[in-house]
Amino acid sequence: MTIERKEIEKLATLSRLAIDEKTITDVTGRLSSVLALVDQLQNADTESLQEVSRPFHISQRLRNDEVKETDQRDAFQAIAPQTHNGLFSVPKMIE
Amino acid sequence: MHNYTIAELVKGLQNKEFSSVELTQHFLDRICQLNDDYNAIITITGEQALTAAALADKRLASGDAPAMCGVPILHKDIFCTDSVRTSCGSKMLDSFIPPYNATVVENFARDGAIMLGKTNMDEFAMGSSNETSFYGPVKNPWATDCVPGGSSGGSAAAIAARLAPGATATDTGGSIRQPAALCGISGLKPTYGRVSRWGMIAFASSLDQAGPMARTAEDCAIMLNCMASFDEKDSTSVEQTVPDYTASLGNSVNGVKIGIPKEYFSEGLHPGTELAVRKAMAQLEAQGAELIEISLPSSDLSVPAYYVIAPAEASANLSRFDGVKYGYRCENPKDLQDMYCRSRSEGFGEEVQRRILIGTYCLSAGYYDAYYGKAQKVRQLIQQDFSEAFKSVDLIMGPTCPSPAFKFGAKGDDPVAMYLEDIYTIATNLAGLPGMSVPCGMVENKPVGLQIIGNYFDEARMLNVAHQFQQITDWHHQAPEAM
Repeated sequence: MTIERKEIEKLATLSRLAIDEKTITDVTGRLSSVLALVDQLQNADTESLQEVSRPFHISQRLRNDEVKETDQRDAFQAIAPQTHNGLFSVPKMIE
Repeated sequence: MHNYTIAELVKGLQNKEFSSVELTQHFLDRICQLNDDYNAIITITGEQALTAAALADKRLASGDAPAMCGVPILHKDIFCTDSVRTSCGSKMLDSFIPPYNATVVENFARDGAIMLGKTNMDEFAMGSSNETSFYGPVKNPWATDCVPGGSSGGSAAAIAARLAPGATATDTGGSIRQPAALCGISGLKPTYGRVSRWGMIAFASSLDQAGPMARTAEDCAIMLNCMASFDEKDSTSVEQTVPDYTASLGNSVNGVKIGIPKEYFSEGLHPGTELAVRKAMAQLEAQGAELIEISLPSSDLSVPAYYVIAPAEASANLSRFDGVKYGYRCENPKDLQDMYCRSRSEGFGEEVQRRILIGTYCLSAGYYDAYYGKAQKVRQLIQQDFSEAFKSVDLIMGPTCPSPAFKFGAKGDDPVAMYLEDIYTIATNLAGLPGMSVPCGMVENKPVGLQIIGNYFDEARMLNVAHQFQQITDWHHQAPEAM
């Protein structure tokens, strides 16, 4: 299966990636070759099989809803690109 | 001292033949002298290492030292280390300094190991050649014009170059075993859930597993004793007793049934690699192991299934890198969308962006069933192949990778050619099984790896057979000429 340029642009938007004009043709070609590889899956007979989302049969462990973590707000704020009055700062969203 | 194994270093430290400070300084000197030749280490933590080594010497003097007390090791730069940059080989995390340690890092600190630094790797562990690292490619100490494998290429090359006796690594599709094979060292990917993933930067969460790399199987056993633990902070960590992996190393291989999948010896396998692997298995047969031909009929579906599942999980995991709370943020964003898009495109390299796009495609409306759903069903076929095989054999063996280390740029233009590098290793990740690689020969003056696959939680038997193989061969003792 080949992938169209328009589709790459849509995927880039969904993935929040800014792919420039120069690389878009290259990416289209390379993604098509990867999709040709994964298309081999279509030949497999999987009619009677279930989807497996975990590597083997282990049950999902749950924990009690108790606060265990200590407050590390300052430590995490210290590594943020931009903060303001203890908040994570981002560019304006609404005019 | 740099030619000693971890087992020998533990003995030497306990017998006071040398101190941990002397040993640590020795490795730091080697790193300063040789790292530029191989680019295996991104961050060197010399001061911190010497402080920890002085503390280890006190513990050793008190006679109450834990298992790895005073032994210097390296951590792959995918494990979060408190107050030490953790880059994951990416510009995105070039200035990321975590305020906490990964559980694996904590476990080694608890057992007295000394961190010398953080090793280079393919960006976000996506690659089989270490060429995708933001910090430049790692060179293979056996042939510096060739790749060391990936993604744990820095860890593997550092051990081969005797910059450390052991290192941590991770394996999502072969990232411990393939570089171990190409660099002539031993490496083990444990059963999924055996080692905590907490604090290990996620690539594909249902496939990622951390494991040890060292020169010998015995050293891998010593390291796994330390790494393996139940961790309530990782919801996929398995609550099961951790055996002493060194206890059964001396067992005989007599009567061990070894399955040889015919699909692992087909087209595309380098004849020299095949010869070395078959000779290794014949040597085990001579020790009393029984070789049985088996079939893993769905093997050819492993790579296609993996290249749907891994990118799909990666596209979800990597959505957290948005330039808001940590990591790279672009200059002068004009609005929020611009900040997201440019931070991600400027912060991620080409291969990472390609995998995010593939993953997004496979998960998007209209394609989910055809790709992701289908791949998850194929995963069951692959698991069934192994469970059928393990009804009649104890272990499975074959080559770790199709050929010895290739030259830089040899597979650069074709992502699919690079993906096929992991053709023999990927299936175990999809099934969650443990696999390891040990050196078993040389082709074109470059090392060849023998892959050993075990049943779930059967790492002790794999290590035992690998150790016995290393008692009758000396491939694991061979060093690149420059060493």
